[in-house]
Amino acid sequence: MHNIDNNDLEVNLDNYQNETEEHEYIDELSRIDSSDADKLLDVGVDTRETDRAGTFIQKDKSVIHCKTRFDGVEVMGISQAAKKHAWLTDYMWKNISPDTDKFTAQAKEKPHEGYFIRSLPGVKIKHPIQACLYIARNNFAQNVHNVVIAEEGSELHIITGCATAPHLISGLHVGVSEFYVKKGAKLIFTMIHEWGEKIKVRPRTVINVDEGGLIVSNYISLKPVGSLQMYPTTYLNGKGAVGRFNSILVAGTGSVLDVGSKIVLNAPDSRAEIISRAITTGGTIIARGNLIGKVAGIKAHLECKGLIINDGLMHAIPELQGYVPNVEMSHEAAVGKIDQHEIEYLMARGLDEDEAISTIVRGFLNVDIEGLPENLKNKLDNIISETQKDMM
Amino acid sequence: MLQVEELKVEVGNKTILKNVNMEIPDGETHILFGPNGSGKTSLMMTIMGFSGYNIIHGKITFKGEDITYMPIYERARLGIGVSFQRPPTINGLKTRSIVEICSGGRPVDVEELSKQLKFSDFLDRDVNNNFSGGEIKRSELLQLTAQQPDLILLDEPESGVDLESIVLIGDTINSLLQRGIKCPREKPHKKIVQERTKSALVITHTGHILDYITADKGQVLYGGVLCCSRNAREILNWIREYGYEECVRCTI
Repeated sequence: MHNIDNNDLEVNLDNYQNETEEHEYIDELSRIDSSDADKLLDVGVDTRETDRAGTFIQKDKSVIHCKTRFDGVEVMGISQAAKKHAWLTDYMWKNISPDTDKFTAQAKEKPHEGYFIRSLPGVKIKHPIQACLYIARNNFAQNVHNVVIAEEGSELHIITGCATAPHLISGLHVGVSEFYVKKGAKLIFTMIHEWGEKIKVRPRTVINVDEGGLIVSNYISLKPVGSLQMYPTTYLNGKGAVGRFNSILVAGTGSVLDVGSKIVLNAPDSRAEIISRAITTGGTIIARGNLIGKVAGIKAHLECKGLIINDGLMHAIPELQGYVPNVEMSHEAAVGKIDQHEIEYLMARGLDEDEAISTIVRGFLNVDIEGLPENLKNKLDNIISETQKDMM
Repeated sequence: MLQVEELKVEVGNKTILKNVNMEIPDGETHILFGPNGSGKTSLMMTIMGFSGYNIIHGKITFKGEDITYMPIYERARLGIGVSFQRPPTINGLKTRSIVEICSGGRPVDVEELSKQLKFSDFLDRDVNNNFSGGEIKRSELLQLTAQQPDLILLDEPESGVDLESIVLIGDTINSLLQRGIKCPREKPHKKIVQERTKSALVITHTGHILDYITADKGQVLYGGVLCCSRNAREILNWIREYGYEECVRCTI
């Protein structure tokens, strides 16, 4: 039997170094080191940049590639953005304080870049911007600060992939992210994580959504990770603001995932939805979700489903907090194994037991992810198939 | 096609089927009557090989092969297909995908098949998710149409179906069983019947399905044994008039 061991989530910052060498800037993505390119591809970064409106790649502490292919969108390293826009200080450390915890403090004290992505007012960008944060140096603590701004009436789609070099044994990723979705804007943010087996990952994200704005956040972590702990908080501050969060998690033996989303509904007619699908095959998953209704006329739903295959621990913590009457909030949580009836139903259609189980697992993880490009959808399907092979 | 001999089955230490003997020859459709709880569904689930139905005694033979302890999928691949009464929802598995699964790799025109069953709008929905009674039947028959089994086990195909869909369901079953009269007329009926290979066991509680499909024989399952085997219409008339009480009189 598994127990949640807080030591699994403990990180000693002294074990990591904050200094490392600079990596050279690469003008052409085709020139990127091939082993790096493979990893980038795995997390959704297309090095040919087909159907991408822009690219940002950071290796350890260096921005190694960055460009936009579309007027009306800015993509750059955060330090460059700070030079260009004096007003950026209004957006940094605004919703999250450096002394929130030791990780945010480290991100403030020893910063290593991060991305700045901004869509200008009214600009609708059809293709996604791709961003990648990559750790290549063993034992490195990568402390980034990201800012995303979708200005009024704009539409922005970002795919972020985070990965480590194949040989990497130990590392720490700290990511402070502040997202701003302005009035009537739409931000679709898809994050794919493929960290290594011993990597500790501590993202700290806060999102602000103004009137009529929409944030869709998709989070996918299917590969082993040492420990991951994140609990992004979203404030729906404007009337009719909408937040939708999907996560797909798989934890094998040795992985600890403490993942959830918190959405505060501060304005009338705001709506929120959190959907998570988690599978443990020997690891630990704590799947959190917290919806907080502060005003009347809001709607929020939380759905948290977990499967335990063979072994592992699944701890679903769905929370609803209503502060006034006339809020409509619900949750649905289920943890269990694969239903024998479902397996036998598919066997009666001619699938053997293994095929039936993998079909069910694939279905379970098949949350309709809004705004995912076709090639990434196929990619994801392949990752799920491979992940299944590891599970069985 | 199918032969069941001296079948005794327990479900959770309770004997459900005491001693069932049954034969369904090639090309024949048999109707299985019986009151609620008589073991009709259990017999079907046992023939298909579902877990929880423990065979204590007896033997099931299909196409000359002993399938008594064969895994479900091997029976399916050998040519047995089932239409379930309450199939499970499989989240994230689209109806389109399960129809493709049923075809077992044979080319199948899912769009066309679903059009015939007026089911096109459901192809991109999760299989069985919030389907109504009639929708479940159409989904099950769509899957069987793709699967093309030689022996079809149908569990109460009329239950929960509105009057409009039942005609469609009857037609689909008839064509699955090569019994449709809407088939090409270049062959005389006699030849069609001679060439007929598909068999079926149709479970019914009310017998309404007999208004829409034809059958060669009826059987009554009562108290865990088959107590009656004769013309299906005749059995139905008796049951309609006197209820299953008449079967009690027959078994004494």
